[in-house]
Amino acid sequence: MLELTPKKLSDRSTLRINPIKTCQPVGAMYAALGVHQCMPHSHGSQGCCSFHRMFLTRHFKDPAIASSSSFTEGASVFGGGSNLKTAIKNIFDIYDPEIIAVHTTCLSETIGDDLNGYIQDAKVPEGKLVVHTNTPSYVGSHITGYYNMIAGFIKYLSEATGEKNGKLALFPGFVNPGDMREMKRLMKLMGTEFIMLPDTSGVLDAPMTGNYTMYPKGGTSIPDIRDLGNCELTLGLGELTSEFPADFLEKKCKVPYKTLPLPIGVENTDAFIMALNQFSKNEVPYEIEEERGQLMDILLDSHQYTNNKTVAIFGDPDTVLGMAQIALEMGMIPKYMVTGTPGAAFERKANALLEKFGVEGCTAKQSGDLFELHQWIKNDPVDLLIGGTHGKQVARAEDIPLVRVGFPVIDRYVHSYMPIVGYKGAIRLAELILNALMDRQDRDCEDEDLEMVM
Amino acid sequence: MDSRDKVLDKYSSKIYKNRKEHVIEIEAGEPQVIAADTRAIPGIMTNRGCCYAGCKGVVIGPLKDVVNIVHGPIGCAYYTWGTRRNKAKSDESTKDFTQYSFSTDMQETDIVFGGEKKLRQAIKEAVEIFNPECIMISSTCPVGLIGDDIHAVAAEAEKMYGIKVLAFSCEGYKGVSQSGGHHIANNGLMKYIIGTGDAEPQKYSINLLGEYNIGGDGWEVERILKRIGYNVVSVMTGDGSYADLKNAHTADLNLVQCHRSINYIAEMMKTKYGMDWIKVNFIGLESIKSSLMDIATYFGDPALLARTEEVIAEELDEIEEGMAYYKSKLDGKKAAVYVGGSRTHHYINLLKYLGVDVILAGYEFGHRDDYEGRDVIPSIKIDADSKNIESITVTKDEANYKTFHTPEKIEELKAAGVPIEKYDGLWNDIAEGAIITDDFNHFETEEFLKELKPDIFFSGIKDKFIVQKSGVPSRQLHSYDYSGPYAGFRGALNFAKDITMATYTPVWNMVQAPWKSEPTLVGSLGGME
Ligand code: SF4
Ligand code: SF4
Repeated sequence: MLELTPKKLSDRSTLRINPIKTCQPVGAMYAALGVHQCMPHSHGSQGCCSFHRMFLTRHFKDPAIASSSSFTEGASVFGGGSNLKTAIKNIFDIYDPEIIAVHTTCLSETIGDDLNGYIQDAKVPEGKLVVHTNTPSYVGSHITGYYNMIAGFIKYLSEATGEKNGKLALFPGFVNPGDMREMKRLMKLMGTEFIMLPDTSGVLDAPMTGNYTMYPKGGTSIPDIRDLGNCELTLGLGELTSEFPADFLEKKCKVPYKTLPLPIGVENTDAFIMALNQFSKNEVPYEIEEERGQLMDILLDSHQYTNNKTVAIFGDPDTVLGMAQIALEMGMIPKYMVTGTPGAAFERKANALLEKFGVEGCTAKQSGDLFELHQWIKNDPVDLLIGGTHGKQVARAEDIPLVRVGFPVIDRYVHSYMPIVGYKGAIRLAELILNALMDRQDRDCEDEDLEMVM
Repeated sequence: MDSRDKVLDKYSSKIYKNRKEHVIEIEAGEPQVIAADTRAIPGIMTNRGCCYAGCKGVVIGPLKDVVNIVHGPIGCAYYTWGTRRNKAKSDESTKDFTQYSFSTDMQETDIVFGGEKKLRQAIKEAVEIFNPECIMISSTCPVGLIGDDIHAVAAEAEKMYGIKVLAFSCEGYKGVSQSGGHHIANNGLMKYIIGTGDAEPQKYSINLLGEYNIGGDGWEVERILKRIGYNVVSVMTGDGSYADLKNAHTADLNLVQCHRSINYIAEMMKTKYGMDWIKVNFIGLESIKSSLMDIATYFGDPALLARTEEVIAEELDEIEEGMAYYKSKLDGKKAAVYVGGSRTHHYINLLKYLGVDVILAGYEFGHRDDYEGRDVIPSIKIDADSKNIESITVTKDEANYKTFHTPEKIEELKAAGVPIEKYDGLWNDIAEGAIITDDFNHFETEEFLKELKPDIFFSGIKDKFIVQKSGVPSRQLHSYDYSGPYAGFRGALNFAKDITMATYTPVWNMVQAPWKSEPTLVGSLGGME
């Protein structure tokens, strides 16, 4: 496996090998699927749309619907205006969504299609909506596309009517439906009234009933998106993902905002709960205290199996930071933290985390890739890998266990239903990490050292 | 109104006008014409991919000793990394790069100022790190628009590093589907690679074209061919290599599995090297048997024919009992099959053997000849979209030209039923009454599911869960749902096992919650009874 990866590091300024990021539109498509009765629409050639639908379907094992402007060479030369016009008509005719959320692709961006103009000119049936965002794939990553799409919804729909609604606007970060469910559960327990955008729970983890419906029950409703402008406060979870839309909403509707790390691990969840507490002025209910106490219990009971273990974490910036936090809380050393998404803030935040825990000798890198991470590991190995499916090659090549977390996990089931956020999520992560390390000890030790009780 | 009309009637008049040519019901009598290989309609959820997917994703991606650099923003390279199951194995002499994804990861400045410099540097780094013998560059949408001359960069790199460097202008917007990309890839391989090797010709040697080794299909086919005594010179392109491809011209015969994606090379090799090709199908017992017999008949050696019969008998013996069991479980079921540009046809006979009738079928990006047979090729109108895909002409290569048989012998073989340069298309095997839809879309999937109620649906990942959520067992025929091989005799057994499993998994009996079908309030009202 990966035999051709040399141990020796070389200067590599240009060739990207085994990336840890993908392109903007897939993030936009994911965000749009989190809006109730929304059809994500890819304005470009149909190949991109096909790839993005496949990617999402492979991760969620659930249908990911989206349409395309199906550019041909002609459209690429003369502009995609008429393709979009036709597409909008056909989508409303045949698929009857409430709203179409258009995002661009490399193609339509490079030719400079004017989406604002096209949409203004489009014939949209009474009561239906079309919104858009620009998602040039040569900028940022799928994370960028995700928050651009959220901002796109706000731009078109959210309004400050002058009358506050007493609610919290929550941007959940680039997380699974299972995480979004958990965030909602915690907010309900805290008595917080909220509007969450997007909300893919009930869409990409929709139940099997024997009847397929194109628009499942879940997703943020359009009235709720409009009402975002009347929220008291925005809470953006995942600072590198949610600051942009939070800031956008503030600029447009004067809703003040606050950002926090994704609530992965103890302290990050504490910060989330405290923020909810400050917002709703409700006491933290026993149910949450109990969960936190259980987590503390588990981490104490098991700390000897995680202490000083080294781990390489790769994936989306906020997920990696969250996973580094919980790793540090478990006494582990996040030796390598890599994201493919560009942005210096990632490295700053990772280093601040290391400083907070007084850990040295770790490397954090933005715009990295798995090829380089593998080379680092070849030179200085780790005990555990945490990240998405693509890490399985490195795991196999170097014989290191892999705990699958984040995007994409395309080779396992159930993950998208289960949270990694909140105390419950931390309990699950602790179990995953402990099982990986302890199974490994059982596998690797001599017969005489096999422990019946651990 | 029949099912076809009922479904089409739901369309607006404009779409109806377009789609009615693509959706037909098979009737007895005159051969029917279908519209195919035309533009998808904007906004309609087609299953099609793009030219790049056909070129890099399908044809050149599987070549294992090639560093495939995708020139463009990151997405396109990312999505074709390890997602197609074209298995490959390295050995001492061949490197395997298929585990890697290489991209120039273009940024905004490259779009504005051009990406050639970046591409040059990426090639340099690939050479320094991996020292490959061959590099292929595929360009994605923006590259064609900003005018990067990837062919010039390739030529320059080829000189500079003394290795083979090929460029493919397979921008996603070209053509109307993956199909254009197949053609572009075929052109490149033909122009620059096939015929550049100097291996000694071997006896009874063949090339296997359009076999991508999905789930190990190619390995299973090769195992059988080798047992009989053939020498496989090259496989295009599953587990194939640049090293083998160079010598493809030294073989005696080309076998074509996937007609859609590779018939161009077969035709061009006929013109250039005089090599005959025959259409084979290694899926399904009857098809494998007749394909193996056709190959042996072509070579005409009685010993080879006897050996072929022997191998067939042995292989059948191994699986017949299992097949009979699965047939008893599947007999009488109805299927829908909707894959790619050739695969749909490949599975019809296997399903028939298992007692399963195909009532709904189609291709994602087939051409008319894949439906109606190659005889219609001269009558296919070339539209503007197809004109954008270059068609190259090759001429006789005097030094390497050889014919295995005289023209008279070829006619004799053709008359005896050996499918030399012949492909009769899906029409040949599909039953009357079946509904065929070209470029099947999401709406039609949903509607035809309701109308025709198949027992099992074969398609790809984008439909799979839609169909399954409607309560119909659904298997992917692009990826075999990570199972396989499905080719060859043993593959047929795997297939039968998998679809039996999909149909009979205990979960189907539990989908309906008990309180949906039984009253939940038990007890009697007001002391009655
Ligand atoms: S990188 Fe661009 S061309 Fe490629 S899949 Fe993404 S949007 Fe499409
Ligand atoms: S079998 Fe179909 S999907 Fe596969 S390469 Fe051929 S045309 Fe493409």
